[in-house]
Amino acid sequence: MNGRSQKIAAVLCAAALTVTAAAAQAQSKIKVGFMLPYTGTYAALGNAIENGFRLYVQEQGGKLGGREIEYFKVDDESEPSKAVDNINKLIKRDNVDVVVGTVHSGVVMAMAKVAKDTNTLLVIPNAGARAVTGPMCAPSIFRASFSNWQPGYAMGKVAGEKGAKKVVTITWKYAAGDESVEGFKDGIAASGGQVVKELTLPFPNVEFQALLTEIAAAKPDAVYAFFAGGGAVKFVKDYDAAGLGKTIPLYGPGFLTDGTLEAQGASAQGLLTTLHYADGLDLPKDKAFRAAYQAAYKAAPDVYAVQGYDSAQLLAVGLNAVKGDVAKRAELVAAMEKAKIDSPRGTFTLSKSHEPVQDIYLRKVEGTQNKVAGVAVKALADPSPGCKM
Amino acid sequence: MDLATFLVQCLNALQYGLLLFLVASGLTLIFGIMGVINLAHGSFYMIGAYLAYALAPWVALHLGGGFFTALLLGMMLAVAFGYALEWGFVSYLYEREHLQQVLMTYGLILVFEELRSLFAGDDVHGVKPPDWLTGSVPLGDLMTYPVYRLFMSGVCIAVALGLYVVIARTRIGMAIRAGASNREMVQSLGVNIRFLYRVVFAAGVALAVLAGMIAAPVSSVYPGMGNQVLIISFVVVVIGGIGSIRGAFLASLLVGVVDTFGKVLFPQAAGVLVYVLMAAILLWRPEGLFRQG
Repeated sequence: MNGRSQKIAAVLCAAALTVTAAAAQAQSKIKVGFMLPYTGTYAALGNAIENGFRLYVQEQGGKLGGREIEYFKVDDESEPSKAVDNINKLIKRDNVDVVVGTVHSGVVMAMAKVAKDTNTLLVIPNAGARAVTGPMCAPSIFRASFSNWQPGYAMGKVAGEKGAKKVVTITWKYAAGDESVEGFKDGIAASGGQVVKELTLPFPNVEFQALLTEIAAAKPDAVYAFFAGGGAVKFVKDYDAAGLGKTIPLYGPGFLTDGTLEAQGASAQGLLTTLHYADGLDLPKDKAFRAAYQAAYKAAPDVYAVQGYDSAQLLAVGLNAVKGDVAKRAELVAAMEKAKIDSPRGTFTLSKSHEPVQDIYLRKVEGTQNKVAGVAVKALADPSPGCKM
Repeated sequence: MDLATFLVQCLNALQYGLLLFLVASGLTLIFGIMGVINLAHGSFYMIGAYLAYALAPWVALHLGGGFFTALLLGMMLAVAFGYALEWGFVSYLYEREHLQQVLMTYGLILVFEELRSLFAGDDVHGVKPPDWLTGSVPLGDLMTYPVYRLFMSGVCIAVALGLYVVIARTRIGMAIRAGASNREMVQSLGVNIRFLYRVVFAAGVALAVLAGMIAAPVSSVYPGMGNQVLIISFVVVVIGGIGSIRGAFLASLLVGVVDTFGKVLFPQAAGVLVYVLMAAILLWRPEGLFRQG
């Protein structure tokens, strides 16, 4: 073979390779990267989110926007210090098209920063940190869950409507607690009450007795408490044991009684909380979702499964609009912004800052269920201060 | 703060301090007297709480007993467990450096947390106190105080007295104290120091398990509960003076007072006040309030 024919062969080979690559591109799968807690305290939440997400994709025949979905997984361990490394594993090593995560607010802040810097599409299936759709908001960042401000605002509004003029708030001194109390203050101001005292204790301290005595001495009309998990169980029981349950109504966001009712037992009965999901919603979509989830995973879904399911729905709207061509980012984002999601929690749309505009339910504890007792605020949007987009 | 509120806060401080002592006393035995830095102490506390949760239904079904039968059974299991653990792991640590002790006991934390996750799951659970302890006592018109918390304080005082008598007034206590000062000398005097240490370690584990079981109805049972307790226990032991039961008792009450009133009067600094107290005391008396003994 002489030099000339070698050159021709090389060109032909290169051309052939290019054609194959292009064909592969058209048929290749969309890469979805889950960055969720699969170990530690939040492991159950991470699994519920992934299950919900996969359930929606399965219902669409395993395809979104006409392309099959391929999953990549990273365990974020709910560890903010490892968050940057972890999300880079998905973005740089696995070359995912979209990242779905996570539960922990501190981790999501680091993720949002990387997503913004690298212009990676990020769908948040839980963490309610306000900054992510506030000062840190970006075209590529969407949230399918809630902001910490929303349930707080709704509870404040209800508390004021029930005649509470002077309210004491109590929470752990950390971002989620502060944001929730901020929402409550805005809400109760809108319905004629005010917060007279803000009690805090360091996270994750659960020795409440001293502050309960302060509450008893202050004699407020109501108490608003933000705690979750073990702290929520202990607070609700201590509040009841201190005899305050009979004299001063206790209000809180849904996390105060979600997944904790078995442990809280009698002391939680009758408590009112607010959240974007509840037991006993009389919605066809919710019934269908609960049945499908039960059939697929042999377990009852919770609010986290709903949020995972809706993350997939939101992504699907964008992918369908561009027929699976993720390179058309601007169109994809525009479609997601206009999405109207038929969620098990009820229909929601998105605000300018990519935050759900949704009904917040008032729920009442009955047995081990958070039964819906009406809508606290209809179509509530977080004003997302600081978001310039 | 009026007088009534102040008195209730004092009661809160006392009650919290006593509970701290119950947890820290086991650590004083193991860390202070045996000289082993035992990071797994918080895990023993967690195991106690989960035992209270797991044993309650089993005991009710098979033995027909209530809370105290479960408590007794849990303590027996804890002693056996502590004895085996000393034999299998901790006995190799006495002659080694602190770093290796830290590594080994930290490893134990990870193992116990994972086992807890496998066997009991990651959910939060509640434990019921015995029926006759569920009531509460009114404190003026201010609030009520749960009887169970008073019962906890009673148990803590009983344990404190019991420990004091055993360590300071009995022959075995004398041998333990002597062993802490000079292991080889005690051995050459014909005391079986290996066995003695095994018993002390088992007692330390049993105290942590007891604390966990007693605290479970109030604190609930949840993942990671041991880690919070571990740090504050070390603070108590260091303030009190390493190896001193009396010191640990006083330190617990001191920490209880500082924590309770700190939360109320200086909420912004509540998280660090206890550590400021520790730093101040170490500046004043570098060996803690009481020296060994």
